[in-house]
Amino acid sequence: MSVQDYTSRLSDPASRKMGTFSYLPEMTKDQIRRQVEWVVKHGWNPAIEHTEPQFAASTYWYMWKLPMFGETDVEAIIAELDACHAANPGNHVRLIGYNNVTQSQGANMVVYRGIPV
Amino acid sequence: MNIQSTKRYDAGVKEYRSTYWEPDYTPRDTDILAVFKVIPQAGVPREEAAAAVAAESSTGTWTTVWTDLLTDLDFYKGRAYRVEDVPGHDDAFYAFVAYPADLFEEGSVVNVFTSLVGNVFGFKAVRSLRLEDVHFPIWFVKTCFGPPHGIHVERDKMDKYGRPLLGCTIKPKLGLSAKNYGRAVYECLRGGLDFTKDDENVNSQPFMRWRDRFLFCQEAIEKSEAETGERKGHYMNVTAPTIEDMFQRAEFAKELGTPIIMSDYLTLGWAAHNSLSKWCRDNGMLLHVHRAMHAVLDRNPNHGINFRVLAKLLRLLGGDHLHSGTVVGKLEGDRAATLGWIDLMRDRFVKEDRARGIFFDQDWGSMPGVFPVASGGIHVWHMPVLVSIFGNDSVLQFGGGTLGHPWGNAAGAAANRVALEACVQARNEGRDLEREGKDILTKAALHSPELKVAMETWKEIKFEFDTVDKLDVQHR
Repeated sequence: MSVQDYTSRLSDPASRKMGTFSYLPEMTKDQIRRQVEWVVKHGWNPAIEHTEPQFAASTYWYMWKLPMFGETDVEAIIAELDACHAANPGNHVRLIGYNNVTQSQGANMVVYRGIPV
Repeated sequence: MNIQSTKRYDAGVKEYRSTYWEPDYTPRDTDILAVFKVIPQAGVPREEAAAAVAAESSTGTWTTVWTDLLTDLDFYKGRAYRVEDVPGHDDAFYAFVAYPADLFEEGSVVNVFTSLVGNVFGFKAVRSLRLEDVHFPIWFVKTCFGPPHGIHVERDKMDKYGRPLLGCTIKPKLGLSAKNYGRAVYECLRGGLDFTKDDENVNSQPFMRWRDRFLFCQEAIEKSEAETGERKGHYMNVTAPTIEDMFQRAEFAKELGTPIIMSDYLTLGWAAHNSLSKWCRDNGMLLHVHRAMHAVLDRNPNHGINFRVLAKLLRLLGGDHLHSGTVVGKLEGDRAATLGWIDLMRDRFVKEDRARGIFFDQDWGSMPGVFPVASGGIHVWHMPVLVSIFGNDSVLQFGGGTLGHPWGNAAGAAANRVALEACVQARNEGRDLEREGKDILTKAALHSPELKVAMETWKEIKFEFDTVDKLDVQHR
């Protein structure tokens, strides 16, 4: 293949990324389910956050309710992700797995992508 | 009345083992323990050689002196308490030595190693000597400074979770102007890397003075952050000829608001490095640590200091990243041994595990962990095995593997980022990266022409030379 241009632009909001997995195609329902399973498998506490895409670079996004402490039901977690997405259709929605031993996040990924502006 | 045992002064040369060989000694929780691989001179018995090592690395000298009797050596002398065969080696044996707490200054890595690897390494009664592992008791760990921030604080500061971090050393390592160098940094960061790195020997040469480099690199960071919406850093190397110069560079980096600087802990010197790591914590600066000169110390399997000891002492001195070897790239590194010392860099408690070269349990208490950095001769085809070996808490650095992309650095960076994320996603889904790596990358490349071209470019390159420093195992 001949040399191609790298098309990222300051002027193009679609060039903004949003952390882990944002260089891959948006996840399918089945792919989201497997990532939820990964969080549950480690015993991490699932949590959901969302934001308007133009403010995605900030540390604190809006919490969707409270972290789901002790939740291990994959369907229940997916239902909350969907509820957050339905209530905030233009926003990025991310799944977090809180690891309370390291006091860090074992997982943090955008599962629904908002509309870039 | 205080009864002391009385001894009389008896001038002359005694056998070391009469004082320093105590096979019945049970090490105390407060002792610093060391294991040396010893090849003695012909005719020197193991117990005598082990006792000599204990003596020469603690209180002893070659002859009895009257001032020995003004103190009680029991509080200060090293004790050789065990010898063991080295698997697969007829001449060498392991000598275990226990050093009492009172022998050392609190919080001083410099002091401990001035004893442990001091004069004893030139001692004539041993042909060669290698420090294989050291156990640091919790009192010593707690009096040392440790990483300025550690893995989890760095993740919070840089806002990166659930995957290894991605970096690149800018090449050619020497000779670029500051502005052209900043261009290479910008292209890498906009393409999707988290970090770029000064090469270790980039300090402040005539072709590129440090201040110009820092300014252009900071502009590259800021523009790529605005463009990608992600946090970025460039390891600004503050290694300098004097400590005053080092801190001047660090202060300027702080003024610019840059998130991370770097040093070279062996060439800089441990005291200077420790001062810098303290400064980094006080000033909210992450610290990347290079290890130039390590192979001089750690590569010879019979003489020197094993890298696991150098890695442990860096965690005590302080650093947020440390180069650890890649296992698969162009530089030396036995897989099991590397897995052992990356755990020693990251984990809170590491158990003795001879299969990985770890001779002692090591409790790090609350001391934060250090990111191991895999760098040197790696490219996208190595990504599945690297993610499998190193796990999330690591920095994977592709120098040539980013800059050598036929379409340039941004494309090279994007190729690596896509490959990394595809591997992490597949691992999370339960797939076996080392068996299915090719399939995972090939599918990811369907959505990334940058990755497809990278895979075609580096298809055939491997670095399959045998490792020189292997774990000691029975191989006959």
